[in-house]
Amino acid sequence: MTENENITNDPIIICEDVHKWFDDFHVLKGITTTFKKGERAVICGPSGSGKSTFIRTINRLEEHQRGTIIVDGIELSNDLRNINLIRQEVGMVFQQFNLFPHLTNIKNITLGPIQVRKMSKRAAEEAALALLERMDIADQAYKYPAEISGGQQQRVAIARALAMEPKIMLFDEPTSALDPEMISEVLDVMRELAHSGMTMLVVTHEMGFAREVADRIMFFDEGVVIEEAAPADFFDNPQHERTKLFISQTLQH
Amino acid sequence: MNNNTHTVIPDKIPFYRDVRFLKVFFQILFLIGIILLAGFLYSNMLNGLRKQNLALDLSFLGSEAGFGISEGIDYDPSDSYLKAFWVGIVNTLKVSIVGILCATIIGFIFGIARLSSNWLIRNIAAVYVETFRNIPLLLQIVFWAALTRALPTVRNSIIISDSIVLNVRGIYLPSFEPGPGFSAWLWYLLAGVILAIIVVLALAVFRHSGQLREPHDTDRPSFISNIIFGAKWAAAPTFLIVAIAGLFLTSEAPFVVNRPVLQGFNYVGGMNLTPEFSALLIGLAVYTSAFIAEVVRSGIQAVVKGQREAARAVGLKESQVLRLIVIPQAIPIIVPPLTSQYLNLAKNSSLATAIGFPELLHIGHTMMNQTGQSIPIFGMVMVSYLIMSLTTSAFMNWYNHRITRIGRSR
Repeated sequence: MTENENITNDPIIICEDVHKWFDDFHVLKGITTTFKKGERAVICGPSGSGKSTFIRTINRLEEHQRGTIIVDGIELSNDLRNINLIRQEVGMVFQQFNLFPHLTNIKNITLGPIQVRKMSKRAAEEAALALLERMDIADQAYKYPAEISGGQQQRVAIARALAMEPKIMLFDEPTSALDPEMISEVLDVMRELAHSGMTMLVVTHEMGFAREVADRIMFFDEGVVIEEAAPADFFDNPQHERTKLFISQTLQH
Repeated sequence: MNNNTHTVIPDKIPFYRDVRFLKVFFQILFLIGIILLAGFLYSNMLNGLRKQNLALDLSFLGSEAGFGISEGIDYDPSDSYLKAFWVGIVNTLKVSIVGILCATIIGFIFGIARLSSNWLIRNIAAVYVETFRNIPLLLQIVFWAALTRALPTVRNSIIISDSIVLNVRGIYLPSFEPGPGFSAWLWYLLAGVILAIIVVLALAVFRHSGQLREPHDTDRPSFISNIIFGAKWAAAPTFLIVAIAGLFLTSEAPFVVNRPVLQGFNYVGGMNLTPEFSALLIGLAVYTSAFIAEVVRSGIQAVVKGQREAARAVGLKESQVLRLIVIPQAIPIIVPPLTSQYLNLAKNSSLATAIGFPELLHIGHTMMNQTGQSIPIFGMVMVSYLIMSLTTSAFMNWYNHRITRIGRSR
């Protein structure tokens, strides 16, 4: 594990007693935590534990019903202006990529900068091409998402999020829908992004990636964080029974 | 030789086991069956006609129709049956085209409204759709007809903001008509075309000379491509600016608004929709719009949730999410069922025969009563509807093909 030289002491996301219900189902039961600027946090846990829901509350794809979330000094409330401001600060990458199938890859990337940031078309395209270069798929710019592989699609999706120049990147199981040989190309890009100093919250089952990149691993179960620690402590010295079981099961294969 | 292979490769397959033969054989058999059946029905029909002393010929179409038609293109009872039939076709086309336009606009509004986050709007739209979708169309048309007949007399007309008049003789709307300055305005249009050509050429020359200065000459665009570029960006704006300027610069108004005015015992001027036409149009448009609303709603809902989420995560506003991401993906889903609704509307216009609007079937009926030539007239009516429907289908298929090709390479 490499020490994260980019991590600072400034908090960028503050969550205070966050609760969320889906009808009667209590998904998040009081999450209180702070993420620092430049921090790389990996969130793991069994399915249905609320980990995806938690990161989706940070850009208001899910609404929390109790508690406060403050992102980069802006409180997430029902104020539409705040929601829009936060969404511009926070990029998100989805499990199913969710690229826009009716737009070429480059247009997927320039859409946000042109429509939201009001950037000129030429400047947005130049920036998009630079990002695709960084993702190592510049030659796919003018194809449609359906014409490229899953790994390439996910890298376009990462480029699309980065084009908005976000301060925080959320990854919701970015490699879970990929064929095994494509996982590494996406993880490589994420690793590179981590070393560039981006604040990252990653929901993933890739424990190797977590051990290598994370500053902190949070373990979710039934809507609460039951254990959080630096990777070394988390993997070698888990405290909680549930965590021990999870680690033994995920590291078996 | 490999003794383990047991594959049998016959050098000749008997025809009764040959798939290629059997495929063709059964098709030919089926075709023969259909021809025999059709031939039997046709000879049976001819026999029946002979017994009734009716010959199957179309010569009656040339003779004088002798009946009046309440509305439509220029027609006189002394005109031929063929002319009367044509009046019916034009009336059917008129109500169908206007009906399709209205139904599409109303349908899209209510379809999108049904997905609104506003409780009141959403439920008003739901009530609208469920009401008009679930009452028989014939009943609705008769209802609207009764309503238009219950409108006040000419003297007590309902007048809306001095330009729309409702009375027992129908609906009167203001119309735009060429005014005294119209011919002068046509000169502005010509000037607009000439100026547009000049601007396009100038732009192309300017752009081309700019490119000549650039060092790399391998992929330099041709002069023609520069003209196309200029035409794309400059032609329409130049023309429009001149045309609109012309509207204000002509000394006399090129267009006048013709409002209905009371003259003697009737309103004249503007556009008059007869009570029958109004009732049919409202009935068809409202009924079909309820179905179109459902088509639009299901099309929008068929766009997967992840698309909206991704669009929101990029920071787009809700209106942008709908306009840039959801609608473009919903349109290809909406178009095929929308086509069926258009066809339904055109065919349902034949229900107007119940309220006396002289459309195709209504006039066909009158012709049958007068001539007794039921089979050729029925045939003509059916073929006319068929041609209209197939034309609509062909156009919508072409449109669907065009929009699905954009962006969906697979």
